[in-house]
Amino acid sequence: MGLIDFFLSRWQDILELTLEHLLLVLVAMAISIVLGVTIGILITRSRALANLVLGLASIMMTIPSLALFSLLLPILGIGTAPAIVGLVAYTLLPIIRNVYVGITSIDPAIIEAARGMGLTDRKILLRIQIPLAIPASMIGIRTAVVMGIGIGAIASYIGAGGLGTYIFQGISRTNDNMVIIGAILISLIAILADKYLGKLQNRLVQAKPKTEGGKHDRI
Amino acid sequence: MIVFDQVTKRYPDSTVDVVNQLSLTIPDGEICILVGPSGCGKTTTMKMINKLIPPSSGSILIDGQDIGAIDTIQLRLNIGYIIQDIGLFPHMTVAENIATVPVELGWKKDRISARVDELLDLVELEPKIYRHKKPRELSGGQRQRVGVARALAADPKIMLMDEPFGALDPITRAKLQDEFLNIQAKIKKTIVFVTHDIDEALKMGDRIAVLKAGRVVQYGTPMEILARPADPFVSELIGGRNSLKMMNLLSCGDVMHKVGVATDFAAAAAVSIHATAQDALAEMFRTGKSTVLVLDDAKNVQGLIRLESLLESVSDYGRNS
Repeated sequence: MGLIDFFLSRWQDILELTLEHLLLVLVAMAISIVLGVTIGILITRSRALANLVLGLASIMMTIPSLALFSLLLPILGIGTAPAIVGLVAYTLLPIIRNVYVGITSIDPAIIEAARGMGLTDRKILLRIQIPLAIPASMIGIRTAVVMGIGIGAIASYIGAGGLGTYIFQGISRTNDNMVIIGAILISLIAILADKYLGKLQNRLVQAKPKTEGGKHDRI
Repeated sequence: MIVFDQVTKRYPDSTVDVVNQLSLTIPDGEICILVGPSGCGKTTTMKMINKLIPPSSGSILIDGQDIGAIDTIQLRLNIGYIIQDIGLFPHMTVAENIATVPVELGWKKDRISARVDELLDLVELEPKIYRHKKPRELSGGQRQRVGVARALAADPKIMLMDEPFGALDPITRAKLQDEFLNIQAKIKKTIVFVTHDIDEALKMGDRIAVLKAGRVVQYGTPMEILARPADPFVSELIGGRNSLKMMNLLSCGDVMHKVGVATDFAAAAAVSIHATAQDALAEMFRTGKSTVLVLDDAKNVQGLIRLESLLESVSDYGRNS
């Protein structure tokens, strides 16, 4: 059977797996972003803590994803929950690191000016540091989401469902169509996610509309 | 009035006092310059006023009140602050930058908006054009103007300026210095101004505190400093030509002899009454004459300056100031 015929005959199956995959990644990423941004902000308060957390997160990333999911098996069993834990553990690092770098690379003169003008630490964080860290943070989030979509496929290995199921089944049944469709759809989701997050990033970073004056300069 | 009383700052793990038993009284409505080489403690001294740096000992009083007893945030909101790199917030528009402190103080939107326009007018940036620009769209000089406007936003009594014109090219710098002096003539803030440039100090200061190794080695008006440098260090900082620099601080109006009805002066050299005594001297050299006329804005002769009397009056100022 050709790839297209196969797709047409199984499209309901495929749709279900795709939605499953999206839901899994969506939930994991939501948790990962909230956690990652919070941790990234918190560790800016202490360099020692930052080194520790960034080190731990880096180590986490060096564990092969298949091994990580296997390690989670005895603790959390199989299914969606351990898959989400694994995905979050994996995608935290780029988010934490980019939020951290985004905040710590702000020109110290800007922070000093804000402090000298009478902004509290909280106001400096909300009005200055977070807005200025958005571009770097968004890059981390994009990286994390694309990674999450890919690694989500491996989560099928511990029974989380999703498009990975097709890939694993295809491999064991030597059914190339299943493998190819699973792979193509995962790539497609990743590309689309990256593209739309890029657009969101531009919108967040974009300067407010310029007014009548235009660009002419004095002095 | 800002009073430093025996203020010392020593950092932990250091054996050197960055600021050493410093006492200084800064009167209201004046520009007080802290000048000296790097490491002399001038910036540290300034930053202790808004508690960015806590003193190790001694006390600082603003209008008789020890700043230790004033809430840090309230204190800072009531002190304008300008630093060399300006520290404009790059993600905010010019208007948002200027509005920073008023927003913190909870002003109403209309009031903030009106104040922003007023301040942009004051620093000669057309509000319609510049309100919505981002800092990166501005030149260095324009950014510095916005920095001044931002520091003035809530009309603080005191302003701290740390090398505010340091990063500008000489022409822009001189222009902004002049404009700032014009603004100060209107607003009469108590200003603490840090610079390492003695010529800027002489130009901008009502009073100059020369700092060396955390101590004030001389505190006086520019004229006093030029006429009687306290020690070789101050002389070296001034870099010589004291009399010429004094002439820069005197206007032709200060040193001229008044004359009655102008008669036969048509052929003589002339300078504006607002020009400096140094300009008059330069005019004498240019024309080869030892007398110049002093003209008011309407080009009427108000007086004249002779070379001998010019030299005399400059040394007189040195003695009497």
